[in-house]
Amino acid sequence: MIQVFAFYLFAALTCIAGAVTILARNPVHSVLWLIVAFFNAAGLMVLAGAEFIAMLLVIVYVGAVAVLFLFVVMMLDIDFAELRAGFIRNFPLGLLLAVVLLVELGVGIGAWSVGGIKLGTPDGTAAVPQGASNIEAIGLLLYSKYLFLFEAAGVLLLVAMVGAIVLTHRKRTGVRGQNVSRQVARRPGEATVNVKPEIGQGVSL
Amino acid sequence: MIGIGHYVTVSSILFVLGVLGIFLNRKNVIILLMAIELILLAVNINLVAFSSYLHDLTGQIFAMFVLTVAAGEAAVGLAILVIYFRDRGTIAVDDVHNLKG
Repeated sequence: MIQVFAFYLFAALTCIAGAVTILARNPVHSVLWLIVAFFNAAGLMVLAGAEFIAMLLVIVYVGAVAVLFLFVVMMLDIDFAELRAGFIRNFPLGLLLAVVLLVELGVGIGAWSVGGIKLGTPDGTAAVPQGASNIEAIGLLLYSKYLFLFEAAGVLLLVAMVGAIVLTHRKRTGVRGQNVSRQVARRPGEATVNVKPEIGQGVSL
Repeated sequence: MIGIGHYVTVSSILFVLGVLGIFLNRKNVIILLMAIELILLAVNINLVAFSSYLHDLTGQIFAMFVLTVAAGEAAVGLAILVIYFRDRGTIAVDDVHNLKG
Protein backbone atom coordinates (compact mmCIF):
# COMPACT_ATOMS: atom_id res chain seq x y z
CA MET A 1 0.00 0.00 0.00
CA ILE A 2 2.75 2.41 0.94
CA GLN A 3 4.52 1.50 -2.31
CA VAL A 4 1.47 2.43 -4.36
CA PHE A 5 1.15 5.72 -2.52
CA ALA A 6 4.87 6.46 -2.95
CA PHE A 7 4.71 5.63 -6.66
CA TYR A 8 1.80 7.96 -7.31
CA LEU A 9 3.44 10.71 -5.24
CA PHE A 10 6.74 10.47 -7.13
CA ALA A 11 5.05 10.07 -10.51
CA ALA A 12 2.73 13.05 -10.04
CA LEU A 13 5.54 15.26 -8.74
CA THR A 14 7.82 14.22 -11.62
CA CYS A 15 5.19 15.13 -14.21
CA ILE A 16 4.24 18.42 -12.51
CA ALA A 17 7.88 19.43 -12.12
CA GLY A 18 8.56 18.59 -15.78
CA ALA A 19 5.59 20.71 -16.87
CA VAL A 20 6.65 23.69 -14.76
CA THR A 21 10.22 23.33 -16.07
CA ILE A 22 9.14 24.02 -19.63
CA LEU A 23 6.47 26.60 -18.74
CA ALA A 24 8.24 28.74 -16.12
CA ARG A 25 8.93 32.35 -17.04
CA ASN A 26 12.18 32.54 -15.13
CA PRO A 27 14.91 30.08 -16.23
CA VAL A 28 16.23 29.92 -12.66
CA HIS A 29 12.85 28.54 -11.60
CA SER A 30 13.05 26.14 -14.54
CA VAL A 31 16.36 24.77 -13.28
CA LEU A 32 15.02 24.39 -9.74
CA TRP A 33 11.94 22.51 -11.00
CA LEU A 34 14.23 20.35 -13.13
CA ILE A 35 16.03 19.40 -9.92
CA VAL A 36 12.67 18.46 -8.36
CA ALA A 37 11.91 16.29 -11.40
CA PHE A 38 15.28 14.54 -11.11
CA PHE A 39 14.80 13.87 -7.40
CA ASN A 40 11.38 12.35 -7.93
CA ALA A 41 12.59 10.28 -10.87
CA ALA A 42 15.32 8.98 -8.56
CA GLY A 43 12.55 8.05 -6.11
CA LEU A 44 10.76 6.14 -8.88
CA MET A 45 13.96 4.25 -9.65
CA VAL A 46 14.43 3.33 -5.97
CA LEU A 47 10.89 1.92 -6.03
CA ALA A 48 11.84 -0.13 -9.10
CA GLY A 49 14.79 -1.58 -7.18
CA ALA A 50 17.58 0.29 -8.97
CA GLU A 51 19.24 2.08 -6.07
CA PHE A 52 22.57 2.63 -7.78
CA ILE A 53 21.11 4.41 -10.82
CA ALA A 54 18.89 6.46 -8.50
CA MET A 55 21.86 7.66 -6.45
CA LEU A 56 23.82 8.27 -9.65
CA LEU A 57 20.94 10.40 -10.89
CA VAL A 58 21.00 12.50 -7.74
CA ILE A 59 24.79 12.90 -7.78
CA VAL A 60 25.32 13.47 -11.50
CA TYR A 61 22.18 15.38 -12.43
CA VAL A 62 21.39 17.34 -9.29
CA GLY A 63 24.96 17.71 -8.15
CA ALA A 64 26.64 18.48 -11.45
CA VAL A 65 24.39 19.10 -14.43
CA ALA A 66 21.72 21.17 -12.68
CA VAL A 67 24.33 23.25 -10.89
CA LEU A 68 26.07 23.82 -14.24
CA PHE A 69 22.75 25.00 -15.70
CA LEU A 70 22.15 27.27 -12.73
CA PHE A 71 25.65 28.66 -13.05
CA VAL A 72 25.23 29.49 -16.74
CA VAL A 73 21.74 30.96 -16.27
CA MET A 74 22.95 33.24 -13.53
CA MET A 75 26.25 34.12 -15.20
CA LEU A 76 24.82 35.32 -18.50
CA ASP A 77 22.96 38.61 -18.45
CA ILE A 78 20.03 37.73 -20.68
CA ASP A 79 16.74 39.51 -21.34
CA PHE A 80 14.44 36.53 -20.90
CA ALA A 81 11.20 38.41 -21.62
CA GLU A 82 12.33 38.95 -25.21
CA LEU A 83 13.07 35.26 -25.61
CA ARG A 84 9.48 34.30 -24.78
CA ALA A 85 8.11 36.24 -27.74
CA GLY A 86 7.24 33.17 -29.83
CA PHE A 87 5.77 31.27 -26.90
CA ILE A 88 2.07 31.88 -27.65
CA ARG A 89 2.58 31.56 -31.42
CA ASN A 90 4.22 28.14 -31.08
CA PHE A 91 1.77 26.90 -28.47
CA PRO A 92 -0.99 25.42 -30.70
CA LEU A 93 1.41 23.53 -33.00
CA GLY A 94 3.45 22.27 -30.07
CA LEU A 95 0.38 21.16 -28.16
CA LEU A 96 -1.02 19.40 -31.26
CA LEU A 97 2.22 17.52 -31.76
CA ALA A 98 2.43 16.64 -28.08
CA VAL A 99 -1.12 15.30 -28.08
CA VAL A 100 -0.47 13.25 -31.22
CA LEU A 101 2.70 11.82 -29.66
CA LEU A 102 0.94 11.05 -26.38
CA VAL A 103 -1.94 9.31 -28.15
CA GLU A 104 0.51 7.23 -30.16
CA LEU A 105 2.37 6.21 -27.03
CA GLY A 106 -0.96 5.44 -25.34
CA VAL A 107 -1.94 3.24 -28.27
CA GLY A 108 1.38 1.43 -27.95
CA ILE A 109 0.97 0.85 -24.21
CA GLY A 110 -2.66 -0.24 -24.74
CA ALA A 111 -1.66 -2.68 -27.47
CA TRP A 112 0.94 -4.16 -25.16
CA SER A 113 -1.41 -4.45 -22.18
CA VAL A 114 -4.02 -6.40 -24.16
CA GLY A 115 -1.30 -8.78 -25.32
CA GLY A 116 -0.80 -7.59 -28.88
CA ILE A 117 2.94 -7.07 -28.44
CA LYS A 118 5.33 -9.66 -27.02
CA LEU A 119 8.32 -8.35 -25.13
CA GLY A 120 11.64 -10.08 -25.76
CA THR A 121 12.90 -12.40 -23.07
CA PRO A 122 16.38 -11.81 -21.61
CA ASP A 123 19.03 -14.38 -22.53
CA GLY A 124 20.17 -14.64 -18.92
CA THR A 125 23.70 -13.28 -19.45
CA ALA A 126 22.83 -10.18 -17.41
CA ALA A 127 20.57 -11.80 -14.85
CA VAL A 128 20.82 -10.61 -11.25
CA PRO A 129 23.05 -13.01 -9.29
CA GLN A 130 21.43 -14.77 -6.35
CA GLY A 131 21.82 -12.81 -3.13
CA ALA A 132 23.81 -9.95 -4.65
CA SER A 133 22.85 -6.35 -3.94
CA ASN A 134 22.01 -4.02 -6.80
CA ILE A 135 25.34 -2.20 -6.81
CA GLU A 136 27.28 -5.49 -6.49
CA ALA A 137 25.44 -7.00 -9.45
CA ILE A 138 25.99 -3.90 -11.58
CA GLY A 139 29.67 -3.86 -10.68
CA LEU A 140 30.09 -7.52 -11.63
CA LEU A 141 28.49 -6.90 -15.00
CA LEU A 142 30.10 -3.53 -15.70
CA TYR A 143 33.67 -4.71 -15.12
CA SER A 144 33.28 -7.91 -17.14
CA LYS A 145 30.87 -7.88 -20.03
CA TYR A 146 30.64 -4.12 -20.51
CA LEU A 147 34.25 -3.25 -19.66
CA PHE A 148 35.09 -1.74 -23.04
CA LEU A 149 31.85 0.24 -23.18
CA PHE A 150 32.64 1.49 -19.69
CA GLU A 151 36.10 2.62 -20.81
CA ALA A 152 34.55 4.25 -23.87
CA ALA A 153 32.18 6.17 -21.60
CA GLY A 154 35.20 7.44 -19.66
CA VAL A 155 36.90 8.55 -22.87
CA LEU A 156 33.67 10.27 -23.90
CA LEU A 157 33.61 12.26 -20.67
CA LEU A 158 37.27 13.18 -21.15
CA VAL A 159 36.56 14.41 -24.70
CA ALA A 160 33.55 16.40 -23.46
CA MET A 161 35.68 17.99 -20.74
CA VAL A 162 38.50 18.89 -23.14
CA GLY A 163 35.97 20.19 -25.66
CA ALA A 164 34.22 22.40 -23.14
CA ILE A 165 37.53 23.84 -21.94
CA VAL A 166 38.84 24.44 -25.47
CA LEU A 167 35.58 26.11 -26.49
CA THR A 168 35.36 28.53 -23.59
CA HIS A 169 39.04 29.24 -23.02
CA ARG A 170 40.24 32.55 -24.39
CA LYS A 171 43.69 34.01 -24.76
CA ARG A 172 43.76 37.41 -23.11
CA THR A 173 46.08 40.05 -24.51
CA GLY A 174 47.64 42.82 -22.43
CA VAL A 175 48.30 40.72 -19.36
CA ARG A 176 51.84 40.28 -18.03
CA GLY A 177 52.24 36.64 -17.24
CA GLN A 178 55.29 34.90 -15.90
CA ASN A 179 57.47 33.35 -18.61
CA VAL A 180 59.32 30.66 -16.73
CA SER A 181 61.56 29.48 -19.57
CA ARG A 182 62.76 33.01 -20.23
CA GLN A 183 63.52 33.48 -16.56
CA VAL A 184 65.47 30.23 -16.38
CA ALA A 185 67.38 30.95 -19.61
CA ARG A 186 68.56 34.36 -18.38
CA ARG A 187 72.33 34.50 -17.69
CA PRO A 188 74.32 37.05 -15.65
CA GLY A 189 76.39 38.04 -18.69
CA GLU A 190 73.38 39.40 -20.59
CA ALA A 191 71.70 40.90 -17.56
CA THR A 192 74.53 42.96 -16.01
CA VAL A 193 77.28 45.11 -17.46
CA ASN A 194 80.41 46.48 -15.87
CA VAL A 195 81.13 50.13 -16.80
CA LYS A 196 83.52 52.83 -15.64
CA PRO A 197 81.82 56.18 -16.21
CA GLU A 198 83.81 59.42 -16.57
CA ILE A 199 83.33 61.88 -13.73
CA GLY A 200 80.83 64.60 -14.65
CA GLN A 201 79.68 62.84 -17.86
CA GLY A 202 76.76 60.90 -16.37
CA VAL A 203 75.88 57.36 -17.30
CA SER A 204 74.06 55.96 -20.29
CA LEU A 205 71.25 53.56 -19.52
CA MET B 1 -0.11 -3.09 -7.61
CA ILE B 2 2.30 -0.99 -9.62
CA GLY B 3 3.33 -2.67 -12.85
CA ILE B 4 5.49 -1.88 -15.83
CA GLY B 5 2.57 -0.09 -17.49
CA HIS B 6 2.54 2.61 -14.81
CA TYR B 7 6.24 3.32 -15.27
CA VAL B 8 5.94 3.44 -19.05
CA THR B 9 3.02 5.85 -18.71
CA VAL B 10 5.01 8.20 -16.49
CA SER B 11 7.98 8.11 -18.83
CA SER B 12 5.69 8.73 -21.82
CA ILE B 13 4.24 11.82 -20.17
CA LEU B 14 7.72 13.08 -19.31
CA PHE B 15 8.94 12.44 -22.87
CA VAL B 16 6.00 14.34 -24.36
CA LEU B 17 6.60 17.21 -21.93
CA GLY B 18 10.18 17.37 -23.16
CA VAL B 19 9.10 17.50 -26.80
CA LEU B 20 6.51 20.16 -25.96
CA GLY B 21 9.22 22.16 -24.18
CA ILE B 22 11.34 22.14 -27.34
CA PHE B 23 8.40 23.53 -29.31
CA LEU B 24 7.37 26.16 -26.78
CA ASN B 25 10.81 27.60 -26.08
CA ARG B 26 12.25 27.73 -29.56
CA LYS B 27 14.29 30.85 -28.80
CA ASN B 28 15.65 30.11 -25.34
CA VAL B 29 18.43 27.58 -25.81
CA ILE B 30 18.83 27.03 -22.06
CA ILE B 31 15.26 25.75 -21.75
CA LEU B 32 15.84 23.71 -24.92
CA LEU B 33 18.75 21.94 -23.25
CA MET B 34 16.62 21.36 -20.15
CA ALA B 35 13.86 19.85 -22.32
CA ILE B 36 16.44 17.49 -23.81
CA GLU B 37 17.45 16.51 -20.27
CA LEU B 38 13.80 15.76 -19.52
CA ILE B 39 13.58 13.52 -22.60
CA LEU B 40 16.72 11.65 -21.56
CA LEU B 41 15.29 11.28 -18.05
CA ALA B 42 12.16 9.71 -19.51
CA VAL B 43 14.34 7.28 -21.47
CA ASN B 44 16.24 6.42 -18.30
CA ILE B 45 13.04 5.73 -16.36
CA ASN B 46 11.95 3.43 -19.19
CA LEU B 47 15.27 1.56 -19.23
CA VAL B 48 15.29 1.08 -15.46
CA ALA B 49 11.63 0.02 -15.33
CA PHE B 50 12.12 -2.65 -18.00
CA SER B 51 15.37 -3.78 -16.40
CA SER B 52 13.51 -4.31 -13.13
CA TYR B 53 10.55 -5.94 -14.88
CA LEU B 54 12.65 -8.44 -16.85
CA HIS B 55 15.14 -9.11 -13.99
CA ASP B 56 17.94 -8.21 -16.38
CA LEU B 57 20.60 -5.65 -15.50
CA THR B 58 21.40 -4.56 -19.06
CA GLY B 59 18.83 -1.77 -18.84
CA GLN B 60 20.45 -0.28 -15.76
CA ILE B 61 23.90 -0.45 -17.38
CA PHE B 62 22.57 1.37 -20.41
CA ALA B 63 20.82 3.92 -18.21
CA MET B 64 24.29 4.68 -16.85
CA PHE B 65 25.65 5.22 -20.36
CA VAL B 66 22.71 7.48 -21.19
CA LEU B 67 23.54 9.44 -18.03
CA THR B 68 27.17 9.77 -19.20
CA VAL B 69 26.14 11.03 -22.63
CA ALA B 70 23.65 13.47 -21.07
CA ALA B 71 26.33 14.91 -18.80
CA GLY B 72 28.76 15.34 -21.71
CA GLU B 73 26.06 16.86 -23.85
CA ALA B 74 25.10 19.36 -21.16
CA ALA B 75 28.73 20.39 -20.66
CA VAL B 76 29.48 20.91 -24.36
CA GLY B 77 26.07 22.50 -25.02
CA LEU B 78 26.50 25.04 -22.26
CA ALA B 79 30.06 25.76 -23.44
CA ILE B 80 28.72 26.50 -26.94
CA LEU B 81 26.02 28.65 -25.34
CA VAL B 82 28.61 30.66 -23.40
CA ILE B 83 30.79 31.38 -26.45
CA TYR B 84 27.69 32.21 -28.51
CA PHE B 85 26.56 34.70 -25.88
CA ARG B 86 30.06 36.18 -25.72
CA ASP B 87 30.03 36.64 -29.47
CA ARG B 88 26.49 37.93 -30.01
CA GLY B 89 25.27 39.24 -26.66
CA THR B 90 22.08 37.18 -26.89
CA ILE B 91 21.09 33.53 -26.85
CA ALA B 92 18.14 33.79 -29.27
CA VAL B 93 18.85 30.76 -31.42
CA ASP B 94 15.93 30.89 -33.82
CA ASP B 95 17.88 33.10 -36.23
CA VAL B 96 21.24 31.38 -36.07
CA HIS B 97 22.79 31.30 -39.49
CA ASN B 98 26.46 31.86 -38.78
CA LEU B 99 27.48 28.75 -40.68
CA LYS B 100 25.29 29.44 -43.70
CA GLY B 101 27.49 29.80 -46.78
